[in-house]
Amino acid sequence: MAKITFITQDNISVVVEGQSGSLMALAVENGIKGIDGDCGGVCSCATCHVHVQADQMQLAGEASEIEKDMLELDDNVSEFSRLCCQIEISDALDGIVLTVAN
Amino acid sequence: MEDKAINTTRCIIIGASHAGVNCAFALRKAGWDGDITLFDADPTLPYHRPPLSKAYLTSDDGIEKNLLKSADSYEKENITLNLGLTVSAIDKSNHTITTSDGKVHSYNKLVIATGARPFIPPIAGLEQAHQLYPLRSAADVNHIRSALKQSPSKRVVIIGGGYIGLETAASMRKLGASVTVLEREQRILARVTAPVMSDFFSLLHAQHGVEILTSKNVARITTSPDYNMVICDDGSEYPADIIVVGVGIRVNTELAQAAQLDINNGIVVDDQARSSDPDIYAIGDCSYHFNPHYDRFIRLESVQNAVDQAKVAAASICGEAPIYDSLPWFWSDQYEVKLQMVGLSTGYNNIVLRKELSDDGLTEHKFSLWYFKDETLLAVDAVNNAKAYVVATKLLKSGTTVDQVKLADNNQELNPANLV
Repeated sequence: MAKITFITQDNISVVVEGQSGSLMALAVENGIKGIDGDCGGVCSCATCHVHVQADQMQLAGEASEIEKDMLELDDNVSEFSRLCCQIEISDALDGIVLTVAN
Repeated sequence: MEDKAINTTRCIIIGASHAGVNCAFALRKAGWDGDITLFDADPTLPYHRPPLSKAYLTSDDGIEKNLLKSADSYEKENITLNLGLTVSAIDKSNHTITTSDGKVHSYNKLVIATGARPFIPPIAGLEQAHQLYPLRSAADVNHIRSALKQSPSKRVVIIGGGYIGLETAASMRKLGASVTVLEREQRILARVTAPVMSDFFSLLHAQHGVEILTSKNVARITTSPDYNMVICDDGSEYPADIIVVGVGIRVNTELAQAAQLDINNGIVVDDQARSSDPDIYAIGDCSYHFNPHYDRFIRLESVQNAVDQAKVAAASICGEAPIYDSLPWFWSDQYEVKLQMVGLSTGYNNIVLRKELSDDGLTEHKFSLWYFKDETLLAVDAVNNAKAYVVATKLLKSGTTVDQVKLADNNQELNPANLV
């Protein structure tokens, strides 16, 4: 079980718990604003963009090549950007804080 | 008084798939505080359709892992879902709809998001065939999954070599089936891609052991107790334990037509997704709409169009003046290949094929196909090449003229600045 915090663009923090599946699915399940996941989680739409806290990038891991390219669709991409459909939930993610990019 | 009036307004949405559901949530986001009621004949909580022929088909997952929104989300946003209920009529002068249980529901605004249904061709013997399915709903795929599990010899014939047929072929192959695809045209994907792409996917499927046969017009199907025989008009025969039909769709315009809305290949809408009746909108696969990028009316079968039009309709219903001007995009996943498409290639007269260099030289599986009409870039198909897809999206959006010579030079890194 991992506790995940999403901070939305209107600055609301939502703490949710997840066990498995992708962070995008967890966000959609919990109605997190700004995470649409239109393509259903196959890295095809870039509508689940989050910024990871700088000191937690290790937890989230690095984006794959395809993911990095897809992130370029969004103007507010940064070195801390991830598409959260590509992040699998595990206990290791406990405590991670993600700022929703849109 | 006015507040009270707003509180009693109701938006009814017919169809609870990508377009309808996104419209409901977008309405709340845009400030609609009246009732929102969705109707759909499918009894299942609304789900993502693209995975049905891909990851969902090869998994044992229930559909709850593929939901568009959680059950709680509808409750939280006060959106009423009426599932398993068909809408039988629209009465636009009285602002009501009638459902199959005989009830009449009144609306202030109506959104038609009825999508499309699989086209089942008039093939002799088709209705008697065992284990023959289209592939559009979760129920279809649940039937296909269980038919495959129960079949000892797992011989699958897929009628139609479009995206649905090919994705299904890849998924069924992964599940251990022996798969034959019968395509009526001279090449697969004939309607939607250039021959280069058809060749690539033909080879890809052949490498995975799928038999792809073109110029095969299915004439009839005979059925014995154990299996079917699919017979083409050239006399060739293919035994099939399971048959999947993927030969296209028919747009669900009947309700709109009966209500005398303008129809032309779909429900005709303006740039705010309004039909010929100002209180009725039409969105998603069933809408025939103007696309300013291509300066013509089009109908699209895609998640992008469903979601984007849903947002435009919601904003318009809430009194804003949005304009639908999205660039179309699509994707298809087969085996380990990711195909991403942006734009519409119809009318192209020139193609640039760009193969990317990898560390160990040219790679056959990473390339992009750029469709031009003279100097104008129309569309790009990118294979395992998200960068090409992203660069193409930016170029198409900005309307930049692309230098085709530079584009073809794969020693130049692919970025917009290098292509002008």
